[in-house]
Amino acid sequence: MIYALLILGGLGLILGIGLAFAGQKFMVHMDPKQEELLKALPGANCGACGFPGCLGYAEALALGNAEPNKCSVGGYKTTKAIGHILGVDVAEKVAEMAAVFCRGDRESCADKYIYDGISDCRAAIALSGGSKGCIYSCIGLGSCVRACPFDAIEWVPGNPPKINPAKCTGCGLCFKTCPKKVIGLISREHAVCVSCKNLDKGKEVRNVCKVGCIACGACVKICPNKAITLKDNLAVIDYSICTGCGKCVEKCPTKTIIFIKANGK
Amino acid sequence: MKLFTFPGGIHPSGKKELTCHQAVKVMPPPKMVVIPLLQHTGAICEPLVQKGDKVKKGQKIGDSNSLITAPVHASLSGVVTDIRSYPHPLGNKVRSIIIESDGLDQWAEDIKRDDNYFRLLPQEVRDKLRDKGLVGLGGAAFPTSVKLTPPADKNIDVIIINGCECEPYLTCDHRLMLDNPREIVEGLKIIMKLLDVGKGIIAIEDNKPEAIKLLSATVKMEPNIEVVAVKTKYPQGAEKQLIKALLKKEIPSGKLPFEVGVVVDNVGTAVAIYEALRDNRPLIERIITVTGSGIKEPQNVKVRIGTLFSDVIAFCGGLQGDIAKVIMGGPMMGIAQYLLDVPVIKGTSGILALTAQEVKIVQAGPCIRCSKCIESCPMNLTPYLYGLYGRRQEYEAMGKHNVADCIECGVCAYGCPARIPLVQYAKWAKMEIAQARKKKIEDGKIEKKDNR
Repeated sequence: MIYALLILGGLGLILGIGLAFAGQKFMVHMDPKQEELLKALPGANCGACGFPGCLGYAEALALGNAEPNKCSVGGYKTTKAIGHILGVDVAEKVAEMAAVFCRGDRESCADKYIYDGISDCRAAIALSGGSKGCIYSCIGLGSCVRACPFDAIEWVPGNPPKINPAKCTGCGLCFKTCPKKVIGLISREHAVCVSCKNLDKGKEVRNVCKVGCIACGACVKICPNKAITLKDNLAVIDYSICTGCGKCVEKCPTKTIIFIKANGK
Repeated sequence: MKLFTFPGGIHPSGKKELTCHQAVKVMPPPKMVVIPLLQHTGAICEPLVQKGDKVKKGQKIGDSNSLITAPVHASLSGVVTDIRSYPHPLGNKVRSIIIESDGLDQWAEDIKRDDNYFRLLPQEVRDKLRDKGLVGLGGAAFPTSVKLTPPADKNIDVIIINGCECEPYLTCDHRLMLDNPREIVEGLKIIMKLLDVGKGIIAIEDNKPEAIKLLSATVKMEPNIEVVAVKTKYPQGAEKQLIKALLKKEIPSGKLPFEVGVVVDNVGTAVAIYEALRDNRPLIERIITVTGSGIKEPQNVKVRIGTLFSDVIAFCGGLQGDIAKVIMGGPMMGIAQYLLDVPVIKGTSGILALTAQEVKIVQAGPCIRCSKCIESCPMNLTPYLYGLYGRRQEYEAMGKHNVADCIECGVCAYGCPARIPLVQYAKWAKMEIAQARKKKIEDGKIEKKDNR
């Protein structure tokens, strides 16, 4: 008993001293600036900045290889903190969030065939652009949902997802994953959004989807500020003019233009 | 008799008896054809006609200036009613020329028989093959003129004519060998003369003994041409596997058969080459196998390019039973269709209709490491890794395990007891790797290398 204690205790002591010595001897000195930057970053390690995690970004920032406004998760607050550490002036950037530009669920936009393959949108587009009737539509296999590191996308399999503005940080990983590009970043200040990407003529849209933009122009006429135009058979809102009055949302016959409640942060 | 083959492969049920005993029927010209401007591997053509123009059978109606392309021709005489994007059997919509028949079925004036075709110079032959829109009729539809232009530093010493037809259900090449053996040999002789090659092999799977017998008799007086029986096994008809079986040569990764001094062409292509040179006839019709338990009268039909699938099926008595899947091509490598209003293109080798009893939707399970996919992979790859990495979207790791060498034959997924869609993962990875590469080239991170 006593020998076992002595042997194990002694072993622990020797190894402990060895580790302490090695810790001193082989310590990697981190640039104090980098350390400070790492503390200022949110630590989500999402990779949205284009660097391998927050440490990678902090390192690139300390070496002067990166712009200070790359962190969309921390937003302007983080950018300002980085600017303060690096001693540079940063311009204010409007906070962004993701929005889905498609409302075609299984009921309103029927499938053209039964898809029986790998359950991922990026694999599904290989077979005539996905199983949905509309070739611009969200495929609804949830690639973006799995890509989101913040659990901000709510989704019923088969249907277009919904973004939870309270959780979305605007990192953009979802739209980088989306093969159809039906997710995009919009400014948090925007209250309305055209949730359709179909560029076909109204009749063809009607054939495949009940909630697609048919380019009827009702929103263009009703808008008091002339903020909406029709481009390639799709309504486009000029957000620099839009006041978010919501008249177009009421008027839209297919309910394609919707309100986005961007409360949260 | 000694049989040649390659390691790996599978033995799916052939189902060839549905159609292989009947002679090819010629389908009368349809009322309307849709000619897609892209029917081949390569660049899309530009239309040479306008809406309202009158065209004659065999007239060139689309061409492109690109190096790898094949022009398209009118397969009916009539009027161009529209040029618009139209559903294509390979998936997305493609710009197509729609021709309505005038009922006369007249050939264009310049299409005359030329009995002195063998006097043409090599370049004239290639120009003619290009002008007549010839592509490989095995399925991939690679432009023949490009295939028959080896790089100057490569010495070609064997031409292989591929009559294996390893894909289940299909019998169009089988029937062609029984009906047109003379034309196949003449086509082979043209290729041998063009590339100055002293040896030609016609390879046929041993499940077609009549074809082997007939072609052996046909080549009796040709000392340079040999008919070889190969083992009935899928994918025996794949280019690389056939070369391996016959010559014991392996094509280096990422290279073409030129590298080992071989050119492989399908029997259908050989006949089309002969017809293009002797008869000046462009590629406007082909034999397709219309088969499966969902077709009332399964048979081989000679149809005009551009005939809609629905018209072809109606000619074969129509559909029967509870149809679950219609495939262009065979069950292993074919492409499922969701519309029957798609046209027959140059690469269509068959239309297969399967009923609900034959089509199962299965749930993939976890990999049990049985290594069945590795044993059967004809390219000696490790497909189970594509399943593992594919689920995590690790394309780079798949690239390191040579996913680029995958010939997409589907042997791995066919045999997988866990029903993992291995070949689909491989195809997906190839797509993603190509996209990432394109992006890197655009960003200027890597140089564009011309290795293929």
